[in-house]
Amino acid sequence: MIACHECDLLQREVPLPAGGVARCARCGAELYRSHPDSFERTLSLTLGAIALFAIANIYPIVGLKLEGQVIQTTLFHTVQTLWDEEMKSVAALVFVTTLLMPALELFAMAYLLLPLKLGRVPQGFALVFRMLQAVRPWGMVEVLMLGVLVSLVKLAHLAAVVPGIALWSFGALMILFAAIAAVFDPRELWARMSAIR
Amino acid sequence: MTRAPTTAASLGLLVCHACGLLARAGPHAHDACCPRCGARLHWRKPDSISRTWALLIAAIVCYVPANVLPMMHTGSLFGSQSDTIMSGVIYFWTSGSWYLALIIFFASIMVPLLKMISLVLLLVSVQLRSRWQLNQRARLYRLVEVVGRWSMLDIYVVAVIVALVQLQALATILPGPGAIAFGAVVVLTMFAAMAFDPRLIWDPLDEEHGRAPA
Repeated sequence: MIACHECDLLQREVPLPAGGVARCARCGAELYRSHPDSFERTLSLTLGAIALFAIANIYPIVGLKLEGQVIQTTLFHTVQTLWDEEMKSVAALVFVTTLLMPALELFAMAYLLLPLKLGRVPQGFALVFRMLQAVRPWGMVEVLMLGVLVSLVKLAHLAAVVPGIALWSFGALMILFAAIAAVFDPRELWARMSAIR
Repeated sequence: MTRAPTTAASLGLLVCHACGLLARAGPHAHDACCPRCGARLHWRKPDSISRTWALLIAAIVCYVPANVLPMMHTGSLFGSQSDTIMSGVIYFWTSGSWYLALIIFFASIMVPLLKMISLVLLLVSVQLRSRWQLNQRARLYRLVEVVGRWSMLDIYVVAVIVALVQLQALATILPGPGAIAFGAVVVLTMFAAMAFDPRLIWDPLDEEHGRAPA
């Protein structure tokens, strides 16, 4: 049996065809979905996203070209500038939603999935799982991406705008985050864990 | 509906909000923890209505300065100007980037406003134990949860522009106090949406059959 998390209706769990989605009979909320190789796909997407996340933070996102000079900024530098401009709360908000939360999400995901793949249950499994669920709504990479694009257009009249390597990596990262959200199946995670225990 | 819907609560079962496990409520259901993942178990989110109201009212209060105070101060050799969200939208509209004007208008002005109106509607209808449009209201709540994050857009725009323009002497752009208020609106409405328990929408159906959750 399974209870809908949005309306509390009890219903019988039915096996789904590959790629199928089970919805609540009363309120239509998504109950669970079935993806072939959900576990393996989530793991590989997570590892890919970690690599992209590193690139996206090392290299500059955008630059301005002015009189032969190119001025560039990384995401972290953006946060630093806001912090120095006495905009500490806005700086903290940007830092938490675009750096801290996505990083926590990716590392928590890898921490849970990798050992399970190797047949071990990581320490503090339940705690990290709960942290992952709490962190997920706060990562806003896709919104950041749109924000950068808008500011590029806004700045284009001031100087020539140079898109940086990190801009492309953030774009790809955005797609990977969406793919992880679509493929990740917490039910399988718990099933694997209890199978090992 | 002629037959009583069977909810988990009516059978004395608690759903774990973190891992989805169904657990039988013991005699001490008030401080029960999920046997699988250890999250605290509740029949419904604790004090859902009053917490949502509190966060929502705070958000409504912040919405005013967020729209009235400037998001950005621009200073150059040719004078200085302050931009609110709306003047940014108008700038894009008049300079021909109407699609950007629309994006910012929806993300920064319409989404927070509609989100707050929707939450007020959901709260009032739940408090009146209304049975009106249950499915539509459940859908509305899901929409509020999904769309809310996009309001952060303007914060990121200000952050990137300030960081880039700070680095050269052409002009100075400083973030304005509106940015703080605006960030507060986004965060407060997100917390408000999280504090709201959508199961409350459906509870009046259950009570009608005399099986209210304990």
